[in-house]
Amino acid sequence: MEALIAIVIGVLTAGGVFLALRGQTFPVVLGLTLLSYAVNLFLFVMGRLAIGLPPVISENAQGYTDPLPQALVLTAIVISFGMTAFVIVLSLKARAELGNDHVDGLQSEEDRGS
Amino acid sequence: MSAAMHLPILPVVLPLFAGIALLALRNAPLALQRGLSLAATLALIPLAFALIGTAADGTHLVYQLGDWMAPYGIVLVVDRLAAWMLLTTALLAIFALLYALNGIDREGRHFHVLFQLQLFGLNGAFLTGDLFNLFVFFEILLLASYGLLLHGGGRLRVKAGLHYVVINLVGSTLFLFAVGTLYGVTGTLNMADLAVKIAAAPAENAALLQSAALLLFGVFALKAALLPLYLWLPAAYAHTSAPVAALFAIMTKVGAYSILRVYSLLAGEAGGPLANLLDAWLVPLALATLALGTLGALASSGLRQQVAYLMVASIGTLLLAFGLGNAGALAAGLYYLPHTTFAAAALFLLADQIAQARGALADRFESGPEMPRASVLGGLFFLAAMAMSGMPPLSGFLGKFMLLKGALDEPSLAWVWGVVLATGLAGVIALARSGSLLFYRTRSAHGDASLVVPGAGMLAPTAALMLLIVVITVWAGPFSAYAGDTAAQLLQPRLYIDAVLGGQR
Repeated sequence: MEALIAIVIGVLTAGGVFLALRGQTFPVVLGLTLLSYAVNLFLFVMGRLAIGLPPVISENAQGYTDPLPQALVLTAIVISFGMTAFVIVLSLKARAELGNDHVDGLQSEEDRGS
Repeated sequence: MSAAMHLPILPVVLPLFAGIALLALRNAPLALQRGLSLAATLALIPLAFALIGTAADGTHLVYQLGDWMAPYGIVLVVDRLAAWMLLTTALLAIFALLYALNGIDREGRHFHVLFQLQLFGLNGAFLTGDLFNLFVFFEILLLASYGLLLHGGGRLRVKAGLHYVVINLVGSTLFLFAVGTLYGVTGTLNMADLAVKIAAAPAENAALLQSAALLLFGVFALKAALLPLYLWLPAAYAHTSAPVAALFAIMTKVGAYSILRVYSLLAGEAGGPLANLLDAWLVPLALATLALGTLGALASSGLRQQVAYLMVASIGTLLLAFGLGNAGALAAGLYYLPHTTFAAAALFLLADQIAQARGALADRFESGPEMPRASVLGGLFFLAAMAMSGMPPLSGFLGKFMLLKGALDEPSLAWVWGVVLATGLAGVIALARSGSLLFYRTRSAHGDASLVVPGAGMLAPTAALMLLIVVITVWAGPFSAYAGDTAAQLLQPRLYIDAVLGGQR
């Protein structure tokens, strides 16, 4: 289980980094999204993996899973969701203003020298 | 519970509520929005002075949110450093805002909302004593800064903004990885508690803790624009509107502040696994940043770009002081911090007025028409350039002098002296060249109606920022004494830890 989760996080991160280094805005946005998935998963398992254990105190519980990473990851999800929305809108605006979807926007003739 | 007990939370909630109110009032008359924004920003100054008053005698004012005991709840901590940063932010913000009232706040929607939320994020980042909370405040100030950076729109601004947003999103992801690792190893996120747990961590966790701490350093270095992570800064700052660039003069200092705060605690005096972790990195990187920032200033093709590079150089100086880490160098850095913030902000505001006064040439380094009110602009530019390059008699010189003195007993003495003095000279050359080009190599501009005469509403905030620098210079004694006390306090992290955890261990 630990190995599986670790591999998933690793693959997500590697894919995210690869995509974030691309030249077009769309893969970059996708890459950032993958990175945020990876980090959310990572934060979540930092409370250690536990199955079938309650996060809140109960009388007949055998053990507990750490509730704090779940709260952290909720915050992180909300923030990364907002950020993704923002960067998508910004990419669309850049596409409209710069005339292409390259991250440097330098492929049109009128931009040369400016 | 008396009202004074709630003092530490006020600099955080006041801009938040002002921002929300401004959002609700977005269709109200502009004068009302401006008045509210101005009042909320102005109120931060007496608040910051009150907090300096309580922190000056060395007490740590700890505010437990929701009355949850540390380390279980989130705490806000006011010590000398936090109060110092709050005061710098408040003074900078009011003049950036006054400048924006000249019409820049009308160029797009929600300027005042974003401005207040930016202050909310900044003040929160300076006050919080919790690492995850620091992340949240970072996100708040970044999200507000994205909006402010793009305020007014335009092709180059959008392009620079895209780079800025993407690189900061990657930075935020790394921040979370670092926070997650620290939590996974220590089981806490309260910075004081982290310091205790890290000092007591078993040796098999040392590598994990070190990688998390270095990751965190990478994130803070990105925010501070330390080499090699400074490449986003010149474009972003040179293309945004002047008051935003001026306010952003404090943004890089948030990164520097975080390095100082987090590593003074986590590396600590106890000599745990993180002790001396940054020694191999911070000083060489800061020196390289200083050198390359100055080279960038020499090679710039426009005034705003040059100021942005000089800001990179000043971050190099600042982190050099923090990296040397002895009491004298730390005090020099803390004394230099407000100075360089105000000087860079004043130069950004001036660059905007110069650009407007030169019509179509804007701030490019080409000989152009004679500016209206050239003597006033030139006088201010001369003063600001002296301040920025660290020439006597202004406070930049005093800060650098204290830094050189603080480096006397360090093994890196020759490097520090060599680089700081050489870059100081190169900075003077860069600014002298642009000043003589902009103000002396001019042609007569009779009948050119496209030149904007800089009005009093623009000149006054710029002059006021310069006046602040004069104040720091004239009252250098008390200011440097406070900076020295702050450095002494930072070198004893035990005081902070005991204040937050109530002496229990």
